[in-house]
Amino acid sequence: MADRLLLLLPELVLFAGAVLVAVAGLSPRREIRRALPGITAGFLLVAMAAVAFVHSGERAAVAAVLTPMPALTGWVRLATCGIAALLSLLTVGTIDRRLEADVQAGRLDFNPLMAGRGEFHAFFLLSIIGLLLCTSATDLIWLFVALELTSLPTYVMVAMSRPSRRAQEAAMKYFFLGALSAAIFLYGFALLYGATGTLIFSEMSAAFAAQRAGDGIPLVANVGLVLAIVGIGYKIAAVPMHFYAADVYEGAAAPVTAFLGYVPKAAGAVAMLIVLGAVGWEGGLPEPVLTTLWMSAVLTMTLGNIGALLQKSVKRMLAYSSIAHSGYLLIGIIAGPGLGITAVILYLVAYGVMNTGAFAVLASLERRGREIEDVEDLAGLRHRHPALAVALALCAGSLLGFPPLLGFVGKLYLFIAGVEAGQVLLVVIGAINSAISAWYYLILVGVPILGAPTARSETVDAVPSRWPRVAAVLAAVLVVLLPIVAARLAPRIDAGTAVRAAPDPASAAAARR
Amino acid sequence: MIASLLLLLPLLGAALIAFGPAGRRDVAGARAGSRTGPRWIAAVCTLVTAAVGVVAAMQFEGWRDGSFGLHAGVDWLADLGITLNMHVDAVSLLLILLTLLLMPLCIFASFSAITARQREYYGWLLVLQAAMTGVFLARDLVFFYICFEFTLVPMYFLIAIYGGENRARAALKFFIYTFTGSMLTLAGLLWVAWAHADRLGTWTFDIPTLTAFAQSGLSSGEQAWILLALMAGFAVKVPLFPVHTWLPLAHTEAPTAGSVILAGVLLKLGTYGLYRFVLPMVPDAVVAYAPFIAVLAIVGIVYGALICWVQDDVKKLVAYSSVSHLGFCVLGLFALNPIGVQGSVLYMINHGLSTGALFLLIGMMYERHHTRDMNRIGGLARVMPVWSLFMVFFVLSSVGLPGLNGFVSEFYCLLGAFTASVDAQTGYPGRLGPWYAAFAGTGMILAAMYLLIMTGKVVFGPTHLPGGHGHGGGHGGGHGGGHGHAGHAGHAADAHGDGAALPPDLTRREIGVLIPIALLCIVLGVRPGLLTDALARPIEQALAASAAASAAATVARPQDADTGGGASGHAEGTGDDLPRADAADATGDVVRERVRG
Repeated sequence: MADRLLLLLPELVLFAGAVLVAVAGLSPRREIRRALPGITAGFLLVAMAAVAFVHSGERAAVAAVLTPMPALTGWVRLATCGIAALLSLLTVGTIDRRLEADVQAGRLDFNPLMAGRGEFHAFFLLSIIGLLLCTSATDLIWLFVALELTSLPTYVMVAMSRPSRRAQEAAMKYFFLGALSAAIFLYGFALLYGATGTLIFSEMSAAFAAQRAGDGIPLVANVGLVLAIVGIGYKIAAVPMHFYAADVYEGAAAPVTAFLGYVPKAAGAVAMLIVLGAVGWEGGLPEPVLTTLWMSAVLTMTLGNIGALLQKSVKRMLAYSSIAHSGYLLIGIIAGPGLGITAVILYLVAYGVMNTGAFAVLASLERRGREIEDVEDLAGLRHRHPALAVALALCAGSLLGFPPLLGFVGKLYLFIAGVEAGQVLLVVIGAINSAISAWYYLILVGVPILGAPTARSETVDAVPSRWPRVAAVLAAVLVVLLPIVAARLAPRIDAGTAVRAAPDPASAAAARR
Repeated sequence: MIASLLLLLPLLGAALIAFGPAGRRDVAGARAGSRTGPRWIAAVCTLVTAAVGVVAAMQFEGWRDGSFGLHAGVDWLADLGITLNMHVDAVSLLLILLTLLLMPLCIFASFSAITARQREYYGWLLVLQAAMTGVFLARDLVFFYICFEFTLVPMYFLIAIYGGENRARAALKFFIYTFTGSMLTLAGLLWVAWAHADRLGTWTFDIPTLTAFAQSGLSSGEQAWILLALMAGFAVKVPLFPVHTWLPLAHTEAPTAGSVILAGVLLKLGTYGLYRFVLPMVPDAVVAYAPFIAVLAIVGIVYGALICWVQDDVKKLVAYSSVSHLGFCVLGLFALNPIGVQGSVLYMINHGLSTGALFLLIGMMYERHHTRDMNRIGGLARVMPVWSLFMVFFVLSSVGLPGLNGFVSEFYCLLGAFTASVDAQTGYPGRLGPWYAAFAGTGMILAAMYLLIMTGKVVFGPTHLPGGHGHGGGHGGGHGGGHGHAGHAGHAADAHGDGAALPPDLTRREIGVLIPIALLCIVLGVRPGLLTDALARPIEQALAASAAASAAATVARPQDADTGGGASGHAEGTGDDLPRADAADATGDVVRERVRG
């Protein structure tokens, strides 16, 4: 029990943070309310240190026993805390903007009942906790609760992200479809329980092994797996559960969209790995599962990229691109242990950074207090905000997977993992999709840097807060510099659920860095 | 060590231009003449790099024996065996030297043409130089790919910022075409690396290791797929016939230095890729598909030449002539005998020199007269005698006048193709034959026609200039304002120098840019042995695989009755339809292989 609590130390830190910011948000003192994003980021950094602490030294061995895929737990938690700290910079000045402005101008007295900033950041942290918990799920119930803990706060975050009907519409859509997806994968989990008689992954893994050795995996288990995957596919916006993405991403404020692009996606990818780990890649995934994943990967990549090509709104474009990136991720998920999981983790980190960077640029710009929408608004950004233009270009280049940026390293690992797993066709489709995506990512590079400012884009200004800009520049720097240490970012994971290898000392060492 | 310098010096220069204090003062051309401006940093940097290159060439010990040298590098992604290792052999070192020669010339040639956004311009040029050098230096597959791909970015910006009126479209098309192709190339290269890891247990991306492995370790079915994947990227870059359409547009719209580098070096990345990877890595497939690729090359030669014939725009003409000329280069490679490949490698260098110089000359003309339409300009011999002298010289070099550089390479390529069937008995695969050479040879005739017609119109004949101060101003009015300055002024007037500031004929700076190329053209024309001696051994090694493959194939073929018929029938080389039959056979192979797989 104590071991388990130690393992959950980062989550506990963040929970304390969530409680604190929820209360602090009600403070009548403006400085405290202003400091909320900073406090959030601070707790995330402490949690990051806690992850490094928990996964280093002798404790690493203990952590390894308690988690389904030790390196996965350590790495995803570490990266998530870092990326979330970056994300929290984006939220500065977004929530309650009008209210705070009124209070400051003396038009309004501060009323804790109207203040949402504290709650927002509490939800922010709770959702992160959900993702962290996902990575150490050892049974289906835990996984389900963790997934829901990831998702539920995001519904509220979307709704309160900006005072606009579209945000509320997006939240409703997101919530109802999210509930539907939860029902689907819960049904899948139930069938898995029925097929194996256990909820615990390690026992389930043994049951599957016995079934493989015997008559093969029964239909009910296959149906359960497929339902679980399709349902969890909602979290990563994989076809056929992708359709909400564009509307929701567009409706939410840019900082929240950036959050949606990383946190639920990482949770979904991790959950898929853990569920698939129970049945095991060794000896091949069951045919229906493989087919589902394969079709989903192909359709997700292709529809995502083609969808993105057709968009004029930057956020919708990035929403579809986010769908496409889930398709690339699925290549790694199909490939499984060995390089596949490594590639998935690396790609999640890469995607988290570059996606956050791209949205940070959007979050840094506004027109008369409202978010910018169209690509055209970015025209000639170079002249007014050169740093933002360059940051956007770098992040878009990285999303495209252009060497030698971070996204390229991620994609390289995914493709190698795919080839290694014998999925050459899938890799070729991925390569062709990357080429398609060049069209729209080049727009994001070209319009700000090459385009001439138009009358419309002249009215675009930077937001008052400098932190989103700082986040954008920081992300761009990471996109350029992280490839240098990419070897240490890519923990080698050979063990599935069933096999609990000793934790990789290298990754623990890297985790401490 | 010295190899890394070749890579790092330009990057250092680029960083200096981007972040250094000197650049700032030069914004908006206010102090364009300043000797600390970005253009001087770039010039000094490229000159120093070129000097380092010369030192490297003297240190290099593999000129005669075909070995690799100048090793350097660091580890990168250790768990996959990905490194940033470098080495060179004679072929890649020659191409590096070509790059190092052309870069300073390009920079000097841009002094008057580029007056706005100088920092970015020279910064990107230096980055481009680093990327191109990296391609030739790379000993690691992923490193190669990174550099290969990264050449796109500087070029994209060079075209998109400093190009002509269609520059946005040209840059986009250039980027998308090449990027699409090279994504597939990446997939093919990864497959080779995976096959090595799968069969031998360790991941490595070391090019010599993988090449040695791939020759023997891959089945012919796999080789065919890999050939297809590799060709997807390299053929676009070369460019080979059906995927060449990005080139004329990019060439025409690019600024002068961009065109020079594009023709001089970037296209060679494709043929270098064919030489370095395709020929030695997938010999079986190369032998099987050589006729098919050669036919594409010949179509490119003839088709490109015919299009040149009807061009009015001088720059477009030279651009299409690249399609035609690079066809020879590919034809020579796929002749699969030493003569042909030697010709091809020579062609890479000679084409870089002559066509690069032609683009420089056209740029100099354009800076003065703001048109490239040969109906609007003519008789420049009277106005610009020095320019005309160089123009005629380089046209002759490009046409392949014996005694100048172009002749030797073109002749070798054709000779290689011609004697390919004879060589079948000497151990080289030789799937081509006299017919291929005969058809390709028409390209030489056509080249002479279109280039000399162009020279006749622009250099000789009655003088008429677009500004109307020539004798035949009547021509100037009607045709194609689109090519002219009018359409240009709206967006890029700031990016281009004012022609009025230049004297009517070439300045000393411009002559200085052309002289080194001209000298090299003569030297290489008179003494091609300087290069061919150095090239003989590495080329033999590159061909050893396909020779062995064909030897193995001749042993194996009798067992495989249906393909054997087509192939041996082909050795006589009597018809144009045979390659198609071959290709069909080979496709059949692939399909069967896949079904088995």
